[in-house]
Amino acid sequence: MKILVAVKRVVDYNVKIRVKADQTGVDTANVKMSMNPFDEIAVEEAIRIKEAGKAEEVVVVSLGVAQCQETIRYALALGADRGILVQSDDELQPLAVAKLLKFVVDRENPDLVILGKQAIDDDSNQTGQMLAALLAWSQATFASKVVLGEGDASVTREIDGGLETIKIGLPAVITTDLRLNEPRYAKLPNIMKAKKKPLEVIPAAETGVDIASRLVTLKVTEPPQREAGIKVGSVTELLDKLRNEAKVI
Amino acid sequence: MTILVIAEHDNNELKAATLNTVAAAEKLGAEIALLVAGHNCSAVAEAGARVARINKVLVADSESYSHPLAESLAKLIVSLAAGYSHILAPATTSGKNFMPRVAAQLDMAQISEIVAVESEDTFVRPIYAGNALQTVQSKDSIKLITVRSTGFDAVAAEGGGAAIEQIAAADAFPGASFVGQELTVSERPELTSARVVISGGRGMGSGENFKLIEAVADKLGAAIGASRAAVDAGFVPNDYQVGQTGKIVAPELYIAVGISGAIQHLAGMKESKVIVAINKDEEAPIFQVADYGLVADLFDALPELAEALG
Ligand SMILES: Cc1cc2nc3c(=O)[nH]c(=O)nc-3n(C[C@H](O)[C@H](O)[C@H](O)COP(=O)(O)OP(=O)(O)OC[C@H]3O[C@@H](n4cnc5c(N)ncnc54)[C@H](O)[C@@H]3O)c2cc1C
Ligand SMILES: Nc1ncnc2c1ncn2[C@@H]1O[C@H](COP(=O)(O)O)[C@@H](O)[C@H]1O
Repeated sequence: MKILVAVKRVVDYNVKIRVKADQTGVDTANVKMSMNPFDEIAVEEAIRIKEAGKAEEVVVVSLGVAQCQETIRYALALGADRGILVQSDDELQPLAVAKLLKFVVDRENPDLVILGKQAIDDDSNQTGQMLAALLAWSQATFASKVVLGEGDASVTREIDGGLETIKIGLPAVITTDLRLNEPRYAKLPNIMKAKKKPLEVIPAAETGVDIASRLVTLKVTEPPQREAGIKVGSVTELLDKLRNEAKVI
Repeated sequence: MTILVIAEHDNNELKAATLNTVAAAEKLGAEIALLVAGHNCSAVAEAGARVARINKVLVADSESYSHPLAESLAKLIVSLAAGYSHILAPATTSGKNFMPRVAAQLDMAQISEIVAVESEDTFVRPIYAGNALQTVQSKDSIKLITVRSTGFDAVAAEGGGAAIEQIAAADAFPGASFVGQELTVSERPELTSARVVISGGRGMGSGENFKLIEAVADKLGAAIGASRAAVDAGFVPNDYQVGQTGKIVAPELYIAVGISGAIQHLAGMKESKVIVAINKDEEAPIFQVADYGLVADLFDALPELAEALG
């Protein structure tokens, strides 16, 4: 079995982002970039499946600027075998990403594609579902447990009321939730070794895929800031404020 | 211009998030149809027909929708799409699951988790865990949208008188099937629509200690939430999680206990009307958003609070 994992390069989750003064977007110059946390979980899951002897190859794909190679290298250091960058300097919205991923899937023929459930920059939560639709494959989103069978997978999904388990035939698309696993860290020798692993770069323009944006960003603004309130000295004072000042109880 | 709203329900009850989604549809000012895809779901259809502002309820009743999968729901919605200018679903785990599938099948973008409607084609949505707001304009002929409940005040559940029309279900999608579910049973109000929410974090120390939270929740009629750290530690089930990747809540009163206030947690609760934080670390970032902060050990403060609420 071959597993394809999509990894996105995003502003590190610890960075407090700043909205640009001209309202065109978020300032990403000179901020720390990392692999989207959900994609680390996706990579980890794929590697564990390989380590369990159920997959032969883990291929990671990233789409975007040349620097996404760093994100791919990191996945290779974690244990993925091979990387593909579909390179583009244009903004890639989820539908475009899904179409480019379909292009890669058609070339690679994986049995399973694992993505994060959500990129923490655009917070779209769309790409995996869109890819599954374009491929006419089953999807198992927000996975917290994956059990592979013969030609199928049982996936436990995090839903609003609790947990749901579904069975999907392979090939299929899975998107990861936070509790699927705890990703490992890359060890130094593996980081060195990863430099020698194959990484193919495909210019997006050569794919023939329509990557035009369908949504135009008119502006990006800062949300209204909440002011810190007051400190109360006791439970009694707290209740008094809630009853008589805020009038919420 | 007619708008299709996809109802969130469990075959018995129409879920509150549907009413917020209708409120977003109402801002677009057109005819609104409600789709109820389910099984033995006539009670839901009737509840939908009573909702203010709804003109028509479409019911697709089929066994395959008793626990609908994204694949078959998407098929149904795609088959209906041509008649609508906008299709809206609540940004619940269900809406997030099927809507992008609908969008890709129609070769259109999806606009996720809108919190405001600027015009027919322009919407506002949070990005970067709510640390920025993006205003986007859609160029597609059908706008496919998920709606964040906290952005829109619910329309009235009563007062409407829509006609109910039965429609055919789409074929089942081969290759995917429902196996089972484990739902959290609780007598408490639902987290996303509760008037008061009290959440516990890693500071609670154990699941057992959540009893202290329950005692206060009982007195306030509150729903119980949690930080990711509390869920990861196994103190409470996953569906308690509030935050960027959990549930988004905006109650009148939110009480955060033993929660530090990471941006990912704030993303899920900072629109609450009044925020109370109880934390023993006076430097905890949660105090920067709290209207009332109590620097105290929660193991003293919670029992005292329960007691004082009588
Ligand atoms: C991609 C991603 C998504 C995430 N999504 C979410 C999300 O949706 N929701 C979420 O909550 N988090 C999310 N997180 C995690 C988030 O970054 C924090 O790690 C998490 O919110 C911390 O939880 P906490 O505040 O309970 O724990 P901690 O940060 O450990 O804070 C515990 C607090 O309890 C206080 N405390 C301890 N003992 C006591 C006591 N006896 N009395 C009073 N106070 C006490 C401490 O002073 C401390 O402030 C996400 C992280 C990532 C990377
Ligand atoms: N540019 C990209 N490169 C690689 N993977 C991506 C990209 N954009 C999105 N993805 C994948 O799709 C998931 C969901 O992203 P989104 O739909 O943008 O929230 C991410 O967790 C990634 O696995």
